[in-house]
This record gives sequence, C-alpha cells and structure tokens, in this order.
Amino acid sequence: MKDRNHLAEVKTTNKVEIITKGVVDIPMLQILSAEGELIEKAVEPDLSKEEALKIFNTMHYIRVLDERMVGAQRQGRISFYLASTGEEAASVASAAALSDDDMIMSQYREQGALAYRGYTTEQFMNQMFSNKDDPNKGRQMPIHYGDKPLNFMTISSPLGTQIPQASGYAYGQKMSGKDVVTICYFGEGAASEGDFHAGLNMAAVLNCPVIFFCRNNGYAISTPAEEQFAGDGIASRGLGYGIKTIRVDGNDVLAIYAATKEARRIAIEEKCPVLIEAMTYRLAAHSTSDDPTGYRSREEEDKWRAKDPIARMAKWLESKGWFDEAENQKRVDKARQDVLTAMKSCEKTDVCAIEDIVEDVYDTPPWHLKEQLNELKAHIKKYPKMYPKTAGRVK
Amino acid sequence: MAKMNLLQAINNALITAMTEDEKVMVFGEDVGHFGGVFRATSHLQEKFGKARCFNTPLTEQGIIGFANGLASQGSVPVAEIQFGDYIFPAFDQIVNETAKWRYRSGGQFDVGTLTIRTPYGGGIAGGHYHSQSPEAFFAHCPGLKIVVPRDPYQAKGLLLASIRDKNPVLFMEPKRLYRASVSEVPEEDYELPLGKADIVQEGSDITLLGWGAQIEILQKAAEMALEDGVSCEIIDLRSILPWDVETVMQSVMKTGRLLINHEAPLTGGFASEIAASIQERCFLYLEAPIARVCGLDTPYPLAHEKEYMPDETKTYEAIKRTLHY
Repeated sequence: MKDRNHLAEVKTTNKVEIITKGVVDIPMLQILSAEGELIEKAVEPDLSKEEALKIFNTMHYIRVLDERMVGAQRQGRISFYLASTGEEAASVASAAALSDDDMIMSQYREQGALAYRGYTTEQFMNQMFSNKDDPNKGRQMPIHYGDKPLNFMTISSPLGTQIPQASGYAYGQKMSGKDVVTICYFGEGAASEGDFHAGLNMAAVLNCPVIFFCRNNGYAISTPAEEQFAGDGIASRGLGYGIKTIRVDGNDVLAIYAATKEARRIAIEEKCPVLIEAMTYRLAAHSTSDDPTGYRSREEEDKWRAKDPIARMAKWLESKGWFDEAENQKRVDKARQDVLTAMKSCEKTDVCAIEDIVEDVYDTPPWHLKEQLNELKAHIKKYPKMYPKTAGRVK
Repeated sequence: MAKMNLLQAINNALITAMTEDEKVMVFGEDVGHFGGVFRATSHLQEKFGKARCFNTPLTEQGIIGFANGLASQGSVPVAEIQFGDYIFPAFDQIVNETAKWRYRSGGQFDVGTLTIRTPYGGGIAGGHYHSQSPEAFFAHCPGLKIVVPRDPYQAKGLLLASIRDKNPVLFMEPKRLYRASVSEVPEEDYELPLGKADIVQEGSDITLLGWGAQIEILQKAAEMALEDGVSCEIIDLRSILPWDVETVMQSVMKTGRLLINHEAPLTGGFASEIAASIQERCFLYLEAPIARVCGLDTPYPLAHEKEYMPDETKTYEAIKRTLHY
C-alpha cells in the first residue's frame, strides 16, 4: 500500500489572505457578434452548408411548434406545455455537435435536440396528446419525451435527477469500449439540487465521458439567478470539481457548436467529463402554468428579443450566401400547417387500452396488479358513463 | 457445501455473479480495496479489477443516481448503501426514478438490472442511525422489489436471484446476523425464488410471520409456546414486495390465527399491510384479531434497545393472548 501525502501539492503562504470572487473570471466564448457577424480573430467551426441549414431549420421548426402548442394549451387541447423560445440554439447546436449514438439525457426544455435527431411532428403530438401511439403509453405529462431509437432518455419531472444518472450511463458506455458520450442538459436552477453536486463529483472522480450542458437562462420559474447562487455562475463550480469547463454565448450557434464538438473530443479521448455553461435568456414563460409579467419587465424581455439566436444565425447564413428568404418562409408556413394537421389527427387517436395501466410497473404484472386490474375493469363495466375514454373497450 | 456466515455467503454470491457476467459492477462507499465496512465485498477488487469494484465519493443520492444511469445503459450495477439508515438521501432517486423508470418510458428504458444492497436492523447497539429497518417506506413504492434473507443459504440464493431479476431490487441484509448466522451454503450457483415465502416450521395453532433476523426470534417464541402445548407455524416472508399472500392465506386458513413480527415501528409498518389483506381474505377463518409485535413508534433507542425490540418474550405473550382470545 502506498503512503499518502495529501498535502504534497498544497502551496503554503505566510499571509492571512481570504480568497474572494474574481480570482478566476471565466470568459464567454463568442464567435458571432450580436449582429451576426464573425468576430475578429474568432475561428469559425467547420460546419457545412447542409449542417448549418439543418441547425437553422430545426430552430425555426421548434419556434413554430412552441408557438402552436402554447396556443393549443390555451385552447385546452393539451394539459400542459413548456416552450424553449430564445433558447433554441443551446439545445439544437449542441445536439448537432454530437454523434447519433451519443445518449441525450435532458431536463424538459430541449425539444430542439430531439427534433434535430429526427423526432417527427406526429411523434411530438402523440406524446403531448397522451394517446396510444405515445411510446410512453400516455403515462406522463406533455413534453416528457423519450425515444429509444434516437438515444433520447425519457424525461422525468424531478429536477437534477438525470445528472448523476448521466455519469453512470457514461461510465457504462466507457466500459462497453465504444467511442460514445452522454450529454446531460439542465438549467441553472436545477444546478442547485444536491444531485448536481453528486453527479459532477462522481463523473470527475470516476472518469466518466459525459458532457454537462447547463442552460443558464437567468430564471428558475420566478427566481432570478442572483437568488439562485452567489458564485460566478455554474461554470466556476466545474473547476472546483476538477472538471474541464467552458462558458459560451448560448445565443451564438457557432460558439455552442464549437464548444460542444471540442467537449466531445476531450470526453472521448481523455475519458473525463466536460462542463459547458451556455448563457442565454428564457424569452418564454416558464410553462403554460406561469405568467412572467409578475416578476420581470417587458423592457428586459425586449433587450433579449434583440439577441434572438435565430435572427443572429440568419445574418451569418446571409453573409455566406446560404440564406434564401422566400424558401425559408415557405418552410415556416409548411411547418405551421404540418403541426396543425398532425394535431388534428393525433388528438383524435385513442388512449391505450386499460390493461396498460398495470403494464411496465414490473417486467410482468405481479398478482396484486392483476387483481387490481380485474377489480377496476369490473367497476368500469358497472359505471361506463363515468369512464368514457375506456368503457367502450373494456373486455 | 461449505460452512459460511452471512457475509461470506453474500461475498460468494457477488463473486458468482461477477464471474458469470462481466457487466456486473459493485460499488459504494469503501467497497473497493478495503472490501466494505462489513467485508461483504472482500477481494472483489483484487479479482475483478478497479473498473468493476470501486469506491464512490460519499454521496448516497449520487450512488443510486449513478446506478440508475448505469443500469439503463445495460450494465448490471450492485450498489451498496453502507447502512439502511443512510438510504434516505437516495429516496428520491429510488422512489421517483428507479421505481418509475420502466413505467414512465412505456417500457422503452428500464433499470431492471439494478440491485441495491444495504445492511438493516437493530441488535448491535447502533442507536438511531445504525439500526433502522426502512422496508415499509419502500413497500409503498410500485416498481421496486424488496427482499430480505434470514440466513447464509437464503442470502446467496436470494441475492443471485435479485441480481438477475429483470426489476430493480432493494436487498436488505440483517446486519446482526452477518457473523452470527452460519449455515451450509452450496458453492455452486443456485437461486431462490423472489416473491415466494418459505415455511420454516409447520404447525397447527397459530401462524407466526416475519422476515430477516426476526425469524430466529419467532423460532425461540415458538419453542416457548410449544412447552405450553401450542403448535406454531413459522413463515419467513423473504420478499416484502411483491409479497406471497397465497402462502400466508393458506396457513391462516389452517391455523385461524396470525401474528406478525417486525423490528420497524408499528405505525405504517409492513405488518399493517399484511394484517389488512389477510383480514379481507380470511375474515371467516380468523378466530382472534391479528397480532402485531413490532418496534415502538419511537426513533430506535440506544440504552433501551433490549426493551424496544420485539423479542421472544413479547412474541410469546402475544401468542398466548391470541390463543386465549
């Protein structure tokens, strides 16, 4: 057994010096200026026209989807929705820097990553309408997506729980010997949960190839960031855990893409975690159950509306000669139409059979679940008017 | 066959599982080179390497969160929580995540390969935080299985079955028996069924039901009762969730009386669930109220441990009361 000397690398001092904030100031990577111009000396990431347009179109698609579904919730067609307006770049450009074999473990405002992977409008609708074609079998609230073929882990509501899970998933990936990573998205509010501490520390100590991607959008529901933490954002914590860290402009598609690409390379080559803090702004309400006028000003929102990641990318695309206004408008119009059409058809699809209520609790339903199902079915048969969704189909 | 104590049987089961399947990984606080504070994971790191048997930082929510992720990836994690008393920081990960993983994803993803091992129970002068029996908290949680062995033979067979079961299992080890209980244990691979109770002793006058370390208490009480001419049937429930209602029913329909014993506090304890279910199913067969002999509704006390425990004399008294009802 080797002798330990945990003081070996500790420097000594003879002055009483309490360390204060600002010893390390973590800068924010920007490649595109707020006006959408390439910043002098910034290195443009290697992004083909095709990839760039896929990112742009996905961001636009998500904005359309969000607008329409907030409306659908207001009409009472779905029970809940959560828009990502203003933050589309964070999830879409980071997902674009990954391989399709990488696992995505997200919070709940990352529909952009899912759309980039190829989730279809019908799939979004099936989940939100909790119908029988929802792969979650209609069991979870809207926006709790999950898709095994797309390597997108099913979302759960409890905040931060996916952070240590992502460390474990990445450890398993490393043991499998494949060159893949897990990306784990969360907001700056979730980073106050104990699971954030647990997950980052474990990933660092156990050398897990995971990218922690924090969307710092300034608010956790009504709580502004200054009531969330007193340190230098979330990025400064990464260094305390011994995790390689970068802060990026979360409304700058090129900065997010370049940082995520590099984080992925490091995670795979060095078998270690990397933390990315994307500074952005939640232009949307927290959810359809929230009204932000109660805690922030219109002026503040307008300032950030001017930094819109989509408009910013459009200017860069124009400078490359890759942007076609008319074609873009056609695409947006078509997306609106597709969303409406899919909504109309998917909201009419039946819910799962009542038998599914006891499936998947275990691999097979044990005796007590079978017994409870039989009692429930007998009850529904007796009072069919009380259970219109299922009564007609109970055998 | 070899003589093993409970710890050796658990260690032997882990070696068996890790040898058979390279995806099995064992981790927790101090389980690595040191082999665990109770030595249940002795020599595993030597045999299988640091990548498959390793220490984690001191964070229970982290250990179970990590284990959930690892299980969903397809590995076979066997996570250790050092004492059942310290499982509560991981309660959210277990109840909201582990237990709901398969259901909430419509069966697309699951953490069925996960096993959580934890020592539980009193009788070792452990006071508040080295004595608890938290099974009832988890019994209220659909999606989990909960298993408790009573001796080394049961421990190996049930742990192997738990590791290989397609559902997450909370495996609770009666720590006061770790070295005290010794039995013959086959060296080869074997499994005992989950969800099945075990009739330890047949009898005709009253059914005594318990699990884990309390089975030996029931045996002692049954011996005392036998001197009065009372024939006790003793059942080891073995699985708390799902539990074997059929075996208990059959026994109660034969004896007409039921006594349930557990170390955990009375109120909200798992005995309440059993008593209610048996009362519903065996109403016409019961000749006396169902008796519950349990810990007091207090935190687990140190100085009064002997007085707190549902021991053999308390059980014997309850047997007599039930018979003379």
